[in-house]
Amino acid sequence: MVNELNDSSLNGWETVIGLEVHAELATKTKMFSSALNSFGGAPNSNTDPVSLGLPGSLPVLNEKAVELAIRVGLALNCQVQKSVFARKNYFYPDMPKAYQISQFDLPINKDGWLELPDGRRIGIERAHLEEDTGKITHIGGGGRIHEASYSLIDYNRSGVPLIEIVGAPDLRSSEDAKEYVSELRAILVTIGASDGKMEEGSLRVDCNVSVRKEEDEEFGTRCEIKNINSLRSLGKAIEYEARRQVELIESGQNVEQQTRHWDEAEGRTHKLRSKEEAFDYRYFPEPDLVPVEPSTEWINEIADSLPPLPRERRHELAKAVGVGPTETSLVVQRNLDGFAVEAISLKADPSRVLVHLENNLADGIGELTAKSFALLTLMEVDGELTATQAKTVLADLVKSGGNPKEIAANHGFESMDNSEIEEIVDRIIEENLDDWNAYVDGDEVEKKKKSGFFVGLVMKETKGQADGKIVNQILSAKSAN
Amino acid sequence: MRAVEIAKQVSSGEISARSVLEQHFETINNLETQVNAFNIVTIEEALKEADEIDSKIASGEKLGPLAGVPIAVKDNICTRGLETTCSSKILEGWKPPYNATVIDKLKQADAILIGKTNCDEFAMGSSTENSAFGPTRNPHNLELVPGGSSGGSAAAVAAGFSPLALGSDTGGSIRQPAALCGVVGVKPTYGRVSRYGLVAFASSLDQIGPFANTVSDAALSLEIISGYDPRDSTSISEDSPDILGVLNEGIEGMRIGVIEELSGKGLDGISTDVLSRVEEATKVFSKAGAIVESASVPASTYGLSAYYVIAPAEASSNLARYDGIRFGPRTEAATTAETMTATRTKGFGDEVKRRIMLGTYALSAGYYDAYYGKSQKVRTLIMNDFAEAYEKFDILISPTAPTTAFPLGEKTTDPMQMYLQDVCTIPSNLAGHPAMSVPFGLGSDGMPIGVQILAPAMAEQNMFRAARVLELESGE
Repeated sequence: MVNELNDSSLNGWETVIGLEVHAELATKTKMFSSALNSFGGAPNSNTDPVSLGLPGSLPVLNEKAVELAIRVGLALNCQVQKSVFARKNYFYPDMPKAYQISQFDLPINKDGWLELPDGRRIGIERAHLEEDTGKITHIGGGGRIHEASYSLIDYNRSGVPLIEIVGAPDLRSSEDAKEYVSELRAILVTIGASDGKMEEGSLRVDCNVSVRKEEDEEFGTRCEIKNINSLRSLGKAIEYEARRQVELIESGQNVEQQTRHWDEAEGRTHKLRSKEEAFDYRYFPEPDLVPVEPSTEWINEIADSLPPLPRERRHELAKAVGVGPTETSLVVQRNLDGFAVEAISLKADPSRVLVHLENNLADGIGELTAKSFALLTLMEVDGELTATQAKTVLADLVKSGGNPKEIAANHGFESMDNSEIEEIVDRIIEENLDDWNAYVDGDEVEKKKKSGFFVGLVMKETKGQADGKIVNQILSAKSAN
Repeated sequence: MRAVEIAKQVSSGEISARSVLEQHFETINNLETQVNAFNIVTIEEALKEADEIDSKIASGEKLGPLAGVPIAVKDNICTRGLETTCSSKILEGWKPPYNATVIDKLKQADAILIGKTNCDEFAMGSSTENSAFGPTRNPHNLELVPGGSSGGSAAAVAAGFSPLALGSDTGGSIRQPAALCGVVGVKPTYGRVSRYGLVAFASSLDQIGPFANTVSDAALSLEIISGYDPRDSTSISEDSPDILGVLNEGIEGMRIGVIEELSGKGLDGISTDVLSRVEEATKVFSKAGAIVESASVPASTYGLSAYYVIAPAEASSNLARYDGIRFGPRTEAATTAETMTATRTKGFGDEVKRRIMLGTYALSAGYYDAYYGKSQKVRTLIMNDFAEAYEKFDILISPTAPTTAFPLGEKTTDPMQMYLQDVCTIPSNLAGHPAMSVPFGLGSDGMPIGVQILAPAMAEQNMFRAARVLELESGE
């Protein structure tokens, strides 16, 4: 076992990642009974004979869960097919029947893909329906099972419908993995299938990691990491695990196929069980349920009701702005793409729209209307406002709306004449000759540093009314003389 | 008295529901200590219900078709607030918070539940000797078994404890004890009767059905418990069949096949007494105008083998929930896993453990295809063979059980011998078809013999018409 890992880069090694994402479906009631599907109730308040697995109880499939699963399948470009439920048998107290109703060889959705903002397509092997388990809290012994004096079980979550989305091992870095999960979450939320809250456990990620030499074609032996509770831990867990595997191989050892547990506090993974200790789930078709055969008609109806997906929205905005879809992902993530498209249709300057939405409107648009936003960008482009001034006006518009022209006037914003600025620049150069020489003779880094210095002084002098770009142009022209 | 008669006389006020009950309780008092048909008798609750029925009659209210009829229910059918044990220690003291659908239907029909009947633990067995609460004995001869697993229900009807009883049939658990106790027992089409509230043994095979002294009583109770139930996904969306209405239509022109593979030619161990009663039945059918011929269902001989993979496989999963965590007695140990193991070790009897192990093995990685997969193929073969036979025949007949009732203890040490008791009944479960046992004479030992009548899915009406013909011949 490697205890201390240095931060050596993975030179020559490639990380291969495949994710299994479980998302709770946003139904009113549970997957197989009429008990409520709701988070945060008093323990065991949302239960009934079925979700407690009482003798004699029988599951009845919730049609809404099937509909939401089909929505997910269609949004992930999957083939929706006739599916069969299966029992996955294992003993654990959070599993009241000692089997989980899941889907095995015939999942409801198969063979799809998800497109990352940079355009890469990540394979989706399957997205199947299953039921959630109850939740165990270990009391005493720091909450660890082995030292606990007793454990409490809350079956409110038992029988909540889940969709398990199994991604292909197409991801190559922790950043990839985080982007994939963000994109998946955005899709699930957009289509109303799940609230996607990782912190409430309605979105959970298991992660398969292996490493191989960049030139290798075969995958290495993988480990599955469980207990990842946030995007941040996902990235950290992958990086830790990849380094651990590389170090094992480089020190002449083999990677053993294992299920590992991410320890957030220690920032490392621990072995949970080896391949040999893996459960034999003894899957077999669930005799209490009949196969699910959604009609083509129903599938088409669901497809027609899907809202535009993040990918389509990125492309639409990119087209409107005239940039690549990668550059519009942040705006789509913030759900501001509709607003952007509207502003652009009102003749706003597309690139200023993008800049403001990415940098200055992270907390939402408040009272800002598409019309005043469009006007603001035009004022900028026409030189009526500097970038800094525009930002101030924008903040006012967000706060209380209004007309950007009036707001700019109230602030006394008038753009300055270039000759006026040049005079100020000359004066400042006189007062700071050493810095000026450093700027003139300096390499690029130095030049950049000093230009910042001079622009800052000019801004101070002009109370922000000078356009930084213009100042730079003047500086550069002067040094060339 | 027959159930139909009781309902009629109670409804008309000729007799009181209370007097009917008291009569039956008197019989129970006299014989129950010897027969042990019941795990619990609900005298007080039953009398209360009887009084309610009587006062409704007095006030002129119209009552259901089973008004005041006592009924005994197998102890694997959930009854709200009333202990439901499956004759297992592992469920001792467990009171379900809900009623099985059949219980609600019986109540709506104004039947009166008089108790929960003994059975083989979790319905696994053919003699009711695998009960944690002691065996039930055959009322016709207390040295002999009543059959099983619904032996308590069969014995209760045979002993006159109750005119009606419910059992469950996974591989013959209604029909075989009906045959051994000389009563009528029916396994309906799979999906006819809701399984909601029936504690599962093998979900794809289990079906609730009635016991009665007469074919018409069985028909009436089947009509009442049948029908679509949204709480059971495998329930058939059809209304109850009208059986009583066609019961006496006779069988003129009906094509009846005698399954040769189950009538001596393909199987050893079927007694000559039993075979001669089946032979006699064919004569009765012919005399009544039916066309009786030999029929072949070749794959039926593999039924037993397929069944002993499929049923234990499903059981191993269905019975996994009995871990002492949420309900039932718990045997505490150091860890959760050890607690579960200790609870199950102590709570389950040998036969249940045997089948859990068999089923777990059959579903294990690397064995699934060879056992479970193959058995499902056999099951399909059996269905196909039945389908072919039913192109030529309306119903089929065979023995119900290979022998008459046997002595207690005779087969308990040899599970294979016990399993063979169900060789003729299992094929119908695998096919999902209805089948029933009708008492038809006695063996040379003086014990009852049943003839099994099988029909294709949903064809209960034809099955009952033929059963009625046999019953008339026996003088009912």
